[in-house]
Parts: sequence; C-alpha cells; structure tokens
Amino acid sequence: MVTTLSGIEELVWERLSLIPDPEIPVISILELGIVRDVHYDGEMLEIIITPTYTGCPAMNLFVAEIKAAMHDQGFDNLKVTTVYSPAWTTDLIPADAMERLKKYGIAPPVKGSDDPFAPPPAIHCPHCGSEHTNLVSQFGATACKSLYTCNDCKEPFEYFKHF
Amino acid sequence: MTTNQALFQYCLRLGDTNLILGHRLSEMCSRGPMLEEDIALTNFALDHIGQAEALLQYAGKLEGKGRSEDDLSYLRNVEEFENFRLVEQPNTDFAYVIARQFLVDVYQCLLYQKMQKSSDETLAGMGSRFLKESTYHLRHTSGWMERLGLGTDESKRRIQQAINDLWPYTPEMLSVRPYEKELTAQGIIPDAEEIALDWLVQVVRVLSRSGLHKPQDVVVPPPSTHSDHLVRMLAEMQYLQRTYPDARW
Repeated sequence: MVTTLSGIEELVWERLSLIPDPEIPVISILELGIVRDVHYDGEMLEIIITPTYTGCPAMNLFVAEIKAAMHDQGFDNLKVTTVYSPAWTTDLIPADAMERLKKYGIAPPVKGSDDPFAPPPAIHCPHCGSEHTNLVSQFGATACKSLYTCNDCKEPFEYFKHF
Repeated sequence: MTTNQALFQYCLRLGDTNLILGHRLSEMCSRGPMLEEDIALTNFALDHIGQAEALLQYAGKLEGKGRSEDDLSYLRNVEEFENFRLVEQPNTDFAYVIARQFLVDVYQCLLYQKMQKSSDETLAGMGSRFLKESTYHLRHTSGWMERLGLGTDESKRRIQQAINDLWPYTPEMLSVRPYEKELTAQGIIPDAEEIALDWLVQVVRVLSRSGLHKPQDVVVPPPSTHSDHLVRMLAEMQYLQRTYPDARW
C-alpha cells in the first residue's frame, strides 16, 4: 500500500509507461517524451504534457488515453495541462525504443543540420540497412512520418521524422 | 502601448497569418493534383492551424480579457485580422498554392530560427517547435519550385506567373510594425529588418536554381486593407459560431 505523495506519483509514472503510442504501438507515450511532469497534492492529480506536433491530431487521443488510464487507477480529480516550452524533440526517445521502431519497420529519426536551408540527412532502410533510399513523400499517413523506398531491397518504408 | 499589448498585437499577426494560411490550405483537401500532394498540403494545413492555436492562445493570455483562441478566430471582424495579405490570396491553381507557400516558408523558417532565442520563454519554445515544421514545408516547396521551374514550358510559365502575381504582397509581409521596435530592442522578438534581408537572399537563391527570375519590385503597392477573398473566407469559417453562438461539438 503506497501512502506517500511521491510514492503515488511514482505509481502514476509507472502506469503511464504502459500506455502505447496509438499510432506506433511498439513505443510508449513515456518513451515518446510527451509527459513532462506529474504532480499529486493528495487531492488533485495534474499531468503536464507537451504536444509532439502543434497540429498533431493524435494529441487528443493521448489525452483521452491518459485520462482513461488514470480513471482506472481511481484518480477522478484529474487535470491534463499542455505546455509548449521546452519544445518536444525526438532526441529524447531512448536508444532501445529506436531499435524497436526499426524492427517494427519504421526508420528512426536522424538528426540532420539545424539549418532549415540545408539538405536533409540520408535515411537508412530499416529492412536491409542500405543508405540508397529515395524520398517518396515528406508527408505520410501520420504527421510524424515520411514515405521512402529502398533502392536496394525495393521495399517501401516509413521514416519517423526528426523533430 | 505596454509590452504586453505590443506582444499581443505581434502574436495576433503571426497567429492570424497561420490561421488564414491553414484554412486556405484546407481548401485543397481532396483537390491535390495527386494523393501524396493532397496529404502534404493537408499536413501543412494542420501544422499552420496548430501554430495558430498556440499563438492565439498566448495572445489571449497576454490580452488578459479572457478571450480564447477560438474567440479570437471566430468572433472577430475582418478589419480586426492582422494576417499577412499574402496568405489570404486564393488557391488560383497549384502553382499559386506552391508559390505562396514557398514565399511564406522562407519567411517563417527565418523568423522561427531567430524566435528560438527570444527572452520570452513561451515564444522561444514555440520558435523551436515551429521551425522544425516549417523546415519540412520549405524543403517540400523548394523542391516543387525547382520541378515546376525546370519542368515543361507550361509549368515554368505558370510558376513564374504565380510568383509575379504574389510578389506585390511580399513587402507587407516583410514590413516592420511600429509596435515591434521596442520588443525587438528588448530581445523579445526577432529583428524584422534582418529577416527581410535574409529572406530576399534565400528566395533569390531558389528562384535562380529553378530557372526563374525575381519579379520587379512594385512601385504602387496593393491596398493595405484586406481583400474580398478574406471576407469570403471568414464568412465560411465563422458561419457556425456566428449563427449558433457558443455551439460545441
């Protein structure tokens, strides 16, 4: 039986780590890095999140999933607050989650130049590892992914954009 | 004008620009020239509307009168909108959509690049987030500028025409509003004059790479008021909230 406030916050973090990303179920929303902080004052639970993309349609789904999971844990007095700073970045996704993305068939984010006028970095095929790949469309089925094809193994694949 | 009032005006200008451009792009949904492009343009629309949401929410907070981003979007009249005149111009054809987007993308990349260093934490956070979105937009539209400019005679003629027709609206986008000077001096917002210089360099670079030329600068600028195009867009965008105030989904 956990009674301290920080113990309860820890439980909340643990529960949050079990919520998968609705679009990419091999990584959790914690690994994705959208949860910034958890506060529990004995009455109200506040979860502070940051949006991935400003216009990401999955954000409402994230919030709904978080709320549902917390209701299941008995937290009825719940507030989910959105903050914009510091901005979300894919740099916080842990290495093992990147590896899982690749196994799932999605090329993980590659950090390119910070200069918006520089050319994009080369993306390796998640299937055969080749760097001879071709950008088909910068925008794919979800806001966070681009479409590529591999010139060697000829497989199409998705690339999780660096942010 | 207090700092907060000036910053409110500034966020309104950037927020409205994103809102109107996002709405214009949403009109392309199911009308893209091919599936990938349809998805790309609607992704752009989402990004811009997301940026508008964040900026207008912040504007409402700065104003301190309890207006939400929705109130600001749906319950203001046309003359209260601060968006760049460029972004309200219609989707005449695909070349116009790309040309308008390209001219704005270069501007927003430069703006957000500098905004990341703002002394205002909220603006700095928005700057670094938006920059990443706008970088993808710019790569996409620069690619199209090249393909259209170096494509067929017809594609070249049409993209050059679009650039020529939209060029007169760019000085207004690049102009510095009186309230900006103090904010720039305090390090809260980027220096618009610096952006204007860099903008021309980057635009001309892509134009020449695409076999296109920079249009002549206009002697007589277009009217500083909003066009009928915006009036019509707002009529459609605001219809529901105007007819059924406070309606919720």
